[in-house]
Amino acid sequence: MFRRPLLVFQLFLRSSRVQKKRAVLTIAAIAWGSLSLLLLLSFGEGLKRQLLVADSGLGRNIAIMWPGETTRPWNGMPSGRPIRPRVEDIALIAARVPDLHAVSGEIRSWRTAYTYGTKTVNSRLTGASLTYGDIRNHIPRAGGRFLNHLDEQMRRRVIFLGQELAGDLFGDQDPVGRELLVDNTPYTVVGVMIDKLQNSTYGGPDAGHGVIPISTFKAQYGRDLLSTIVVKATRPELMPAVLQSVRETMSVKYGFDPEDERVLGTWNTVEGADVMAKIMMGIQLFLGIIGGLTLVVGGIGVANIMYAVVKERTTEIGVKMALGARPSWVTGPLILEGLTYTLLGGALGLIMAIGLMMVLEMIPTEGNEALQMLGKPTLSLPIAVANALVLGTIGLLAGYFPARRAAMVDPAETLRYE
Amino acid sequence: MSEAALRPLADCRTAETVIRMEGIGKVYDTGKIKVEALKGVDLSIGSGELVAIIGPSGSGKSTLMNLIGCLDTPSSGLYELCGQSVAGMKKDQLAAIRNRRVGFVFQSFNLLSQISAFENVEMPMLFGGWSRRRRKARVEDLLERVGLADRMEHKPTELSGGQMQRVAIARAMAMDPDILLADEPTGNLDSSSGQDIMSLFEELWQQGRTIVVITHDPALAKRADRQVEIRDGLVV
Repeated sequence: MFRRPLLVFQLFLRSSRVQKKRAVLTIAAIAWGSLSLLLLLSFGEGLKRQLLVADSGLGRNIAIMWPGETTRPWNGMPSGRPIRPRVEDIALIAARVPDLHAVSGEIRSWRTAYTYGTKTVNSRLTGASLTYGDIRNHIPRAGGRFLNHLDEQMRRRVIFLGQELAGDLFGDQDPVGRELLVDNTPYTVVGVMIDKLQNSTYGGPDAGHGVIPISTFKAQYGRDLLSTIVVKATRPELMPAVLQSVRETMSVKYGFDPEDERVLGTWNTVEGADVMAKIMMGIQLFLGIIGGLTLVVGGIGVANIMYAVVKERTTEIGVKMALGARPSWVTGPLILEGLTYTLLGGALGLIMAIGLMMVLEMIPTEGNEALQMLGKPTLSLPIAVANALVLGTIGLLAGYFPARRAAMVDPAETLRYE
Repeated sequence: MSEAALRPLADCRTAETVIRMEGIGKVYDTGKIKVEALKGVDLSIGSGELVAIIGPSGSGKSTLMNLIGCLDTPSSGLYELCGQSVAGMKKDQLAAIRNRRVGFVFQSFNLLSQISAFENVEMPMLFGGWSRRRRKARVEDLLERVGLADRMEHKPTELSGGQMQRVAIARAMAMDPDILLADEPTGNLDSSSGQDIMSLFEELWQQGRTIVVITHDPALAKRADRQVEIRDGLVV
């Protein structure tokens, strides 16, 4: 086989025709298996990507810290002291902590009356730093903007609205540029958030709150104590060091043990993302195994037809051997034949999978939350490559074992009787 | 063994003895029972001989033919083909010997039914690595010599028994082998076709070919140079 590949190919082309029906069924089985594998993996991939998108709703690779109480005595001070970072500490953290992508302070009001015209809605209000828009993924719709430096500097009464809150207040009207009352103080709407998937929150989804400059919040409500600190490292893996540095900076200012983790309760979403990635990997693997097994069934079909071929052609194989064919010249064409069925089926499966994807693409997911969470099945290159590798392996194995039996054919035995 | 080692075929033609067997034994071990098909056969066939091997069925004739044709290897004893011992050869080497030195003619023709007469005759040359042009010339020449120039593209199923056997003989002669081995070549033919085939063999023999025919047709055996009778795995 290896010394005369051309001869093997010639012999393959000249080998007797198999029963067409059987070949078609076998190819169909492989196509089906291949289609199952591709679809399952594609759905997994779509789900993964969609979860990633939904995960990004909160903001990618951020950590949220909540002020709490000390649990250890420190420098002669007892435990149980509440520690409350202030708005000014945000600048301190930004200046002191290395490897920090951005930090944002948040002051929250849980029940704020929003009034537009005759309509009043009670919802959450957040005073936030300018970096909030970036790290918490508050992206404005076209025509609007997030808060800017002048807003903060001049303590402007401007507000960025979550899309649901905006819809509740303004209906079909474009809220940007309009005035509304926030706890009876007039504010101008500068932007509305785009629709975004958000699968995790602290305190409620972003779609339902309004965001004003933290300086404005402080001025209007007279509150200076931060509800949370939101932190993002330059690289996700640097997050633990960044969080430690934030704690140390605060501990110096407020006097607490930097190892006291309860002072600043922390939710590091990077860890969650790691776990999520592992879960997704597990799901992908599970789907892959199911699809792979379906494909193996198809492979057994190919092996089956090849065994039948070997049995049917026993005399032919014996004759060829008597005429001087080396064993590899008998096995080579058989392996090629098995591989051909497998690859034909695989190609067919791939075409069907691509076709199905295109049909699924056309189904609208708007307004259907289940479909929205499932995402679009995505046939990525790694999936196609994995499928091709599995197919190739199955094809080779399905051809190899029957071919090995053919090589063991005793020519003397087959030629003795007809 | 390199293929080149088989090349000097002329040596074999001039050699006195083409086939030399000493104390050849063949045991078939089917697991439970051991069948001793040959029990020490001594046989020597010279170059250019036409030898008939006769004997009742089950006597070991076919086993002997398989051993001569290197389709099988002996369990014991010495076998030299053209002065070269066959013992310990690998499957690929045996395949090369079958391709170059031996031409087989079977009782049931054993043509490949789905390809044409031309392609059947061409098959050994494919294994021999001949070029397309050389194959074509040789196949046409051979089929012409057996009188089937007008049947080249016919499939075996479209030919009569006698024609099929002539295709088989053309195929056996494809690589210009040293020995032509025929196992009951006329067994499946009517008498007139059988006569034709026998005449073809005699013609080849007169051209200096070594021919070994296995038969239990006494009329056929009489036309041979020499008759070797096998009975119960021994030469009588």
